This record gives sequence, structure tokens and C-alpha cells, in this order.
Amino acid sequence: MISDVTDFASLAPAYPELALAIGAIVLLMIGVFTKSNSANMIMGVAIGLLAAVTVLVIIQTESGLVFNGGFIQDEFARYMKVVVLVGSALTLVLSVSSAAEHALNKFEYPVLILLATLGMMMMISANDLISLYVGLELQALALYVVAAMKRDSGRATEAGLKYFVLGALSSGMFLYGASLVYGFTGQTQLDEITRMISLGGSGIGLTFGLVFILAGLAFKISAVPFHMWTPDVYEGAPTPVTAFFAAAPKVAAMALFVRVVYSSFEPIARDWQQIVIFISIASMVLAAFAGIGQSNIKRLIAYSSIGNVGFALVGLSAASEVGVQGVAVYMAIYMVMTVGLFACVLSLKTDNGYVEAIADLAGLSRGRPFVAGIMAILLFSMIGLPPLAGFFAKWHVFIAAIEAQLYVLAVIGVVASAISAFYYLKIIRTMYFDEPILQFSAAPGELRLVMGVTGFLVLSYYVTVGAPLADMASVAAKSLF
Amino acid sequence: MEAQIGLGNFLTVGAILFTIGVFGIFLNRKNVIVILMSIELLLLAVNINFVGFSMALDDLAGQVFALLVLTVAAAEAAIGLAILVVYYRNRGSIAVDDINMMKG
Repeated sequence: MISDVTDFASLAPAYPELALAIGAIVLLMIGVFTKSNSANMIMGVAIGLLAAVTVLVIIQTESGLVFNGGFIQDEFARYMKVVVLVGSALTLVLSVSSAAEHALNKFEYPVLILLATLGMMMMISANDLISLYVGLELQALALYVVAAMKRDSGRATEAGLKYFVLGALSSGMFLYGASLVYGFTGQTQLDEITRMISLGGSGIGLTFGLVFILAGLAFKISAVPFHMWTPDVYEGAPTPVTAFFAAAPKVAAMALFVRVVYSSFEPIARDWQQIVIFISIASMVLAAFAGIGQSNIKRLIAYSSIGNVGFALVGLSAASEVGVQGVAVYMAIYMVMTVGLFACVLSLKTDNGYVEAIADLAGLSRGRPFVAGIMAILLFSMIGLPPLAGFFAKWHVFIAAIEAQLYVLAVIGVVASAISAFYYLKIIRTMYFDEPILQFSAAPGELRLVMGVTGFLVLSYYVTVGAPLADMASVAAKSLF
Repeated sequence: MEAQIGLGNFLTVGAILFTIGVFGIFLNRKNVIVILMSIELLLLAVNINFVGFSMALDDLAGQVFALLVLTVAAAEAAIGLAILVVYYRNRGSIAVDDINMMKG
């Protein structure tokens, strides 16, 4: 086979990835070979690099296949990459002020985040089971290390160990599925797989492969019944790392999920639709009930993110263009809300360190009215109260489900959303109506900025970003069909 | 005449090894090292599948995939052992039953 990479210009669709890869390696070398502590400088450059790559993704409008069909750049990939890059950059910003307390003030941390982001971009742009797997593993291997970055903490290393074991198991399941799909279609390229399925129909072997692939991917998006690692890892990992886990990799894994089911298993939509509906309902319902008893805010956010993945999958179950648009809008809003929420959590600092227990938030509105206000806005948005962004996110996915006549799914979703309101409201009650017990220190400037921006976007969604975001998501969804 | 080893035999061995690997992860209550070995078993089972299919289809992509899986498996094992070492330093034990600081 002759390579389609003939000159540098033929690599145009992959420029952003190349820039990020070279940048990450250069920063690693600088970190290794400079004697003085260069962690802060590398952190700054890494944030700048992510911003530059985001701009490059936006201005580099050439779409198409490279590397003999292993890599695809289209509108969907571009949209999802921007969401992922913004999520990564913002979570790096969040980690600056607390890097020392969380043992993240090492140069390896931003480099690993860059490599994980590169893996995510590869996942989003993968058009071949091989490149998909390599992207997935680049992301996962970097994340395992980041989870256990706080080497002297028993909880962080336990989180890293659990994440590693279950992540490796999920990769194994994905690969087993990939081997069956390869065996029964004779192809590894996603669009070729579609062609073979529509030519030869599906058999039991192919369906088995599909189920294994979906199980492996469900692990990565932490959908029920493959969610059990999420609460433990979110609770144990240092808070800035948890913020990163909750934001960018979820979006990338969801984008991968969408691409795999639409671009390679589209002819057997009926088969995967049932599976997606099941995991969607299970995620929404489990998260709604399991979140109620939680006393640790990071653990609660873990259940909340499981629920959010369930809601995003409602859009996917519709198996339609409107559904993909819904998922795209949902993941962008979810990313913004999650980053904002973690900015609030990271600003909850007393003289004795960071606070994670929900009970300790008592009376936050009196000591820190700004943090409490933003947190309340974001929590109301998570509940899905109009006119906040969270309402429109849910509205998009439920409209898709109703158009596809999945009425039962939509009703269960709305009920689950109402039940989960209970635990979100409980936090708001604690913040506003309980007597203060702790004295919180002032939040650092960059956290206030992130809180302000996310709070503003969520509050003013309908009049500011709502319409353009829906349009961009619609363009992105069209490119998959 | 000797019976040919066909695709079915490869897939059966692969499926058996994969099942042993999954059960090794979930039923093992003793030692995390055993879990790491089970993970390797999973990936090797997949490789048998890939090579078997590659042979049956007379297509090289499966063998390329198997080589990449081997490479990634090596990286994965290195990272897994590194995490296990820091875990052991903190807790002084690698028994599966002791991995219980967080629950709920």
C-alpha cells in the first residue's frame, strides 16, 4: 500500500495533532533537562499551547482522510476537539492555584495532560479500529499516571490502581470486540466496516463484537453497568485531576461512542439502539438514587456525571441527526458546567486545607456569596431549570428521543432528572440556610474568572451562546450522515 | 491424516483465555499481581483472535493490529507495576481485600 502522505501539505487535516504532539515532547524535554524547577513555566506554556491548538483546529478548515484512512477530520471532529481542548485548558488553569497542595507542581503533570489531550483528539478523529485503539490507550495510560500523581497519598494511589485495573479490563473488552468485528467483516476501517455490513448483513459474531465494543466504550464514559470505578476514582484523585477526568475525557469518549455507532454500525442501528437505551436508562436511574446518600462533594459529582452521561445517551438512542446534535450540545454544556462546578469546589479552602464534605459548605452564602451564588446557578442548571443552559441541554436530547418515538425513555429521563434534583437542592439548602461552621479563605483570581465566565455562560445561555452553539452542533451532526 | 487447526480452534482458545482473564480479575481476592497477569491474558487472547482471523482472511491488518496491541500491553504493564509500587509504599500491602479506603 502506498502512503497518502506525500508532502507536508497533505498532512493538513492533522496539523493540530502534530502541533500538540511536538509541543508536548518539547515541553517534556525542557522539563527533563532544565535543572531548576520549571514546573510553573511549563504549566503556563502548556495552557498557551492548548489555546493555540484550539485556534488551529478552528482555522484549519481542511477536512478529509489522512494516513490511508486512519485519521478523519470533519465538522463533527472539529466541534468535539474544540470542546475537549477548552475543557483541558480550563482544568489546567484550575489546577494552578492548588498545585502544591495536591502534589501536582511537577512538570510531568501538564505534559501528561497534553498527551492525554492528544490521545483524546486521536480518538475523536479515529477512522480505523487500530488508530482508535492507539488514541484510546494514549489517553488512558496518561490518565492512569495522573490519577496516582499524588504519590504519598493512600487514597490517590488507590484511585490510580482501581482506575488502571478497570481501564485495562475495558480496553481488553474493546479489543476483543474489535477482533470479532475485524474477523467477521475483514476490515478495520470504520467506513469499510459499514460497507461490509450493508453488503453482507450482520451475523451473531458481528453482534457479539458490537456488544463487546460498546461495553468497552461504556466503561470509558462511565455508563451503568460499567460505572463502578467512577465514584472511587473521582473521590480519591486530587481535585484538579478529578476536574480533568470529569470534563475532557468524558467528552472525547462520548464523541468516540457516537462515531463508532454511526459511522461503522449504522446499518445495524436496531441492534445497538437497544443497548444504548438500556445503558441510558440504567445510568439516569442509578445516578438519581445513588447520589442521594453521598456526603462527599466529589463523589456526588461522580454520580452526577454518570447521570449526565445517561442523559446524553438519550440523544444517541434516537439514532438520528437531531440526536447527534443533541449529544453534541449536551456534552459542550456539560463540560462548561463541570468545569465551573470544580472551580467552585477548588475555591473551598480553609486554613486547614481543602473542604470536600457537603456538610462543611454550611453557610457558604454568608462568607463567600460569589462562590455560593455561582455554585447555586450551576447546580440549578444541572437540575435542568429553565432558562439555564442545563435545561436546553436536556431539551435537545429529549426532543430527539420524542421525535424517534421513544416516549418511555423520555418519561424515565424526566422522572430521573426530577429525583436527582433532590440532592442538588440539598447542597443549595446547606449553602444558604445552614449556620456557617467554617471560615473560607478568598478564592484566587483565576478561579474567580473561571467561575464568573461559566456562571455567565450558563445563566445567559438562551440569549448569548445558545443559538450559535446549536447551529455548530447541527453542522457537526450533519457531517456524520 | 492429521486434522487441520482451523479458525474455530483459534477462536475457542482465544475465548477460553479471555474468560479466564475476566474471571481472574473478578474472582481473585488475594493479590494485585494476579490481576496484572489476568490483564495480560486478556490482551493475549485478543492477539490469538487477531492472528487467527488474519490467517483465515489472508489479510495482514490483523497481524499489524496484534503487534500494536503487544506494544501497548508492554506500556500498560509498566504503568500498572509503577502504580502498584507507589500503592505498596503507602499501604504496605497488595492484597485485593485491602483496597477499600473508598466505598459507597
